[in-house]
Amino acid sequence: MKKLSARRRHPLAAVVVLLLALAATGGLYAAFAPAGKAQADETSQSLTIKEGRKLYEVGCASCHGTGGQGSSDGPSLVGVGSAAVDFQVGTGRMPAATSQGAQVPRKKPVYTQTQIDQLAAYIASLGAGPIVPTKQQYGPAGADIAKGGELFRTNCAQCHNFTGKGGALTKGKFAPTLEGVDPKHIYEAMQTGPQNMPSFPDTTLSSKNKKDIIAYLHAVDSSETTNPGGLELGGLGPVSEGLFAWIFGLGALIAVAVWVAARTAKAKKS
Amino acid sequence: MSTAANETARSRGQAPAGERIADWADGRLGIYSLAKANMRKIFPDHWSFMLGEVCMYSFIIIILTGVYLTLFFHPSMNEVVYHGSYVPLQGQMMSEAFNSTLHISFDVRGGLLVRQIHHWAALIFLAGMFVHMMRVFFTGAFRKPREINWLFGFLLFVLGMFTGFTGYSLPDDLLSGTGVRFMEGAILSVPIVGTYLSYFLFGGQFPGHDFVARFYSIHILLLPGIMLGLMVAHLILVFYHKHTQFAGPGKSNNNVVGMPLLPVYMAKAGGFFFLVFGVIAAIAAVAQINPIWAIGPYRVDQVSTGAQPDWYMGFAEGLIRFMPGWEINFWGHTLVLGVFIPLVLFPLVLAAIAVYPFIESWVTGDKREHHILDRPRNAPTRTAFGVAWVTIYMITLVGGGNDLWATHFHLSINAVTWFVRIFFFVGPVIAFLVTKRICLGLQRRDRDKVLHGRETGIIKRLPHGEFIEVHEPLSQEQLHTLTAHDQYQPAEIGPTVDENGVERKVKAAERLRVKLSNAYYGEDNQIPKPSVEEYREITSGHGHH
Amino acid sequence: MSSQDIPEENLPAEQDHAHGAVGVADEENPFADPGLPPHEHRIQDIDERAAKRSERVVALLFTVSMLATVGFIVSYVTIPHDKNIFVFPIGHISALNFALGLTLGVALFCIGAGAVHWARTLMSDVEVADERHPIEAAPEVRAKVHADFRQGAKESALGRRKLIRGTMFGALALVPLSGVMLLRDLGPLPGTSLRHTLWAKGKRLVNMNTNQPLRPEDVAVGSLTFAKPDGLEETDEEFQNELAKAALMIVRLQPDNIKDKRELNWSHDGIVAFSKICTHVGCPISLYEQQTHHVLCPCHQSTFDLSDGARVIFGPAGHALPQLRIGVDSEGYLQALGDFEEPVGPAFWERG
Repeated sequence: MKKLSARRRHPLAAVVVLLLALAATGGLYAAFAPAGKAQADETSQSLTIKEGRKLYEVGCASCHGTGGQGSSDGPSLVGVGSAAVDFQVGTGRMPAATSQGAQVPRKKPVYTQTQIDQLAAYIASLGAGPIVPTKQQYGPAGADIAKGGELFRTNCAQCHNFTGKGGALTKGKFAPTLEGVDPKHIYEAMQTGPQNMPSFPDTTLSSKNKKDIIAYLHAVDSSETTNPGGLELGGLGPVSEGLFAWIFGLGALIAVAVWVAARTAKAKKS
Repeated sequence: MSTAANETARSRGQAPAGERIADWADGRLGIYSLAKANMRKIFPDHWSFMLGEVCMYSFIIIILTGVYLTLFFHPSMNEVVYHGSYVPLQGQMMSEAFNSTLHISFDVRGGLLVRQIHHWAALIFLAGMFVHMMRVFFTGAFRKPREINWLFGFLLFVLGMFTGFTGYSLPDDLLSGTGVRFMEGAILSVPIVGTYLSYFLFGGQFPGHDFVARFYSIHILLLPGIMLGLMVAHLILVFYHKHTQFAGPGKSNNNVVGMPLLPVYMAKAGGFFFLVFGVIAAIAAVAQINPIWAIGPYRVDQVSTGAQPDWYMGFAEGLIRFMPGWEINFWGHTLVLGVFIPLVLFPLVLAAIAVYPFIESWVTGDKREHHILDRPRNAPTRTAFGVAWVTIYMITLVGGGNDLWATHFHLSINAVTWFVRIFFFVGPVIAFLVTKRICLGLQRRDRDKVLHGRETGIIKRLPHGEFIEVHEPLSQEQLHTLTAHDQYQPAEIGPTVDENGVERKVKAAERLRVKLSNAYYGEDNQIPKPSVEEYREITSGHGHH
Repeated sequence: MSSQDIPEENLPAEQDHAHGAVGVADEENPFADPGLPPHEHRIQDIDERAAKRSERVVALLFTVSMLATVGFIVSYVTIPHDKNIFVFPIGHISALNFALGLTLGVALFCIGAGAVHWARTLMSDVEVADERHPIEAAPEVRAKVHADFRQGAKESALGRRKLIRGTMFGALALVPLSGVMLLRDLGPLPGTSLRHTLWAKGKRLVNMNTNQPLRPEDVAVGSLTFAKPDGLEETDEEFQNELAKAALMIVRLQPDNIKDKRELNWSHDGIVAFSKICTHVGCPISLYEQQTHHVLCPCHQSTFDLSDGARVIFGPAGHALPQLRIGVDSEGYLQALGDFEEPVGPAFWERG
């Protein structure tokens, strides 16, 4: 303690504090930087409605009712279609925790893809709805990336940001980031409109349109995306750029200024 | 012809080449008399005195890179179809301005680097001006004779904001277009003439076909021209007034202590230009800024969440975000207070800090020149006011990014907005009170240090068992430094009856001034610095531990 | 090097560390300015080897700068402008931008670092005091200037010849008016252009995505669609100006969920069409929450309730989003039943 109390008056103490502050803000930046990617796996589907029903009764019926008719704890699932099940369960949003915040967040899925397919088949049997898209529908082949960009900016960017980084909605709700989301799930979300997201049915946003949007997103918001200028800074625009300019730009220049103005070491300390 | 003149002529003729050139120039420009006063001019060394240099150098960098960008940029809003090398936009309709910015970014070698240096330097320029202004404010460097230079600097900051705004609007991308639309909406809110102003600025309806070309001439000619002039004037005044300095041994109000311009300061300041340029170039190499290709071309029916202006316009964005939506309709007219009040507050917030020096000099009534800087603690009320102002600025900045605060800290955007609404009023008051307390505490500590010496952190046990901390007396240098500041006495209302017994009316302004003066320098608002007598009493004879 | 190499006379005098009020030389005023502290030498001042080392460091920095400039030129010439590389931890970036930026940065930084190191270690570091002189002129100068001015003013007779003074100020005051006049043609007068859009009775609602007219059955409950008036194409000269007023946001609600009576009347089978342009400052508002029926503006967070006449429920907007009356034409397409009944977009003085 004695050493510390003596050293905190050292002329370089301010520099040390500044460095610590820089390190701390670096940590803050890390919080802003995009999180790691998750890779959803994909297997083929072929199992009966019966299996799905068994799973449903164990894992879903307590909220959505024994026949999928819904209850005070969960909406009716009649007519939501297999796409909705594949999206909700496949992104881990369902089953939801009993007490949630403003909206159900994406989690690690509880069920395997085989089980999800079984659940989806069961729910689809309750009433017709959007069906799980095929790889041909959401795959990159034949997509027009530029058209997808225009469609994305018209229909999606208002909530999900220019390149799908997500954004705020009212009262704590939010549009999640689209980075690392399985193209199939993006397609399903557009079809079914999960939670507060509006749906974009094929009648107003064609299957080809959806394919274009997914291809665009892959071009601008995936781990292979090129950011020619360097660090993407979270893709959040001027706010993160401003923080960066203050902390690393001005911060570095002030550090340099301290060096330029500091007295040169003397031959012997007085 | 006199011999003396002959001699001079000959000596000039035989001098080395460099001297001969200087002689030539002197005969025409009189550079020697200029150099006599300035070549060995003294500049004090302190890192915070270099913040202004950061601004000046980034401004020069912006001009250099900006000139380069004009060689490739087309300030036109003609719609064209993109055929450049960025695939995700090929075949899209966009303005020529956007198209040429893509061309600079993807098809001109080094174009992206220059664009990024230009934009990063602009952010750093404004950040530097802000910090420089705060340095000047908190050290009282704005006092006589530097009030005009304070205003020059302030104007540079404000013009820099608008130059930045018109600059980032030029590429006609979706983000900046949203900003321009906001500006149009704000202009429309101006009572009586709003629609006319908007139609004149945009050449008709928004967005029209003119604003990029008009912003271009404002951005590259009008505003930077004025700024260049102001910056030269600012520098001339810095030279003329000579730099301020902190109190210390050998430093007084009548001198300036430091290193001479030639060679030390020239090497340091000249070197610093390269350091600033180097750091910004390196930042432009590793960090992307304003990726307009990812943002897309402007379309009036498209938008993205997280639409914010560059940081220096962020506080205006905050003002407009937390304002309630007041609108008054009367006699067939609409008063759009929800937009107009923030529009009025925008210059007022800035003006509050700009006029402060004049208020302070009115309160103190001090007409002397001040060349020794105040330590912020020694001017508690000023420091508290400054911190309160910074608090307002920062809170509105938070408001300008309320959606990002909400998403990144898992808050409700409504809650963040309400926080800003409340703390816009409460925050500065708390900041003022807390800062003043801290300043007074620091003043007390300085006083204790002078009177009782420095706490060494060494604990000693006295023979009778008492523990004491050893205090080490200060050197005379330190004693001088800690007691060198002036302390004002609070003003009083002069005699209300003159020598003839005639009662004089005390003007409201005088009452206000006395009140303010007491708030500044009254008993509880500053800690009296130790007097020589106090010091003697304590240090003479017996130990005081 | 060890301290023994330093000649004695170049070292600062030993500080006196006795107890009590020492270090106070001036008995009269202990706070008096002791004057500039004596200059202390740097190692480089007294040891030529150290100075040589400094010189080599400076030269090295300048050399690195030269090499970096060569690197810049080589990068410019050899790296294709569309080559991307992966650099940890930055990600996939343009190789050219990275190479040019870093070489330029190093070239510049090293010049600066060299110059500053030179100044700090090899140039004299003796602090010098320069005297200041008062800025105010001496009284005699002041008096002379005042007298000169008075003399000049008197000789001009500006004060005496009132006619000249009056007409001159008049002329100078009027002449800038020509300049103001010239600004008139910056734009047309607003007139009523802010009140009208392309919407009119019988105009079909065309889907922005597919460029096809919309049918009621296309629009599902909970979906979000954007529309423009039939006939407005992206290639039109006035596309942006017209779309800025005409852009529509179309959602479908369960008719019993619509609380506002007029909204219900102007809807078609639960399909409602609102202006997409925020009434605050004109952002294209469209963050539609299908469960709450709230729509949020991404720019300034004005929130409107689409199930209740799009009234403002939060944020800085001053009035509800204008609604477009819609119906279905004989071929079964959604059509407008007229223009908006109030101006769309931001409020303005003449809006009323």
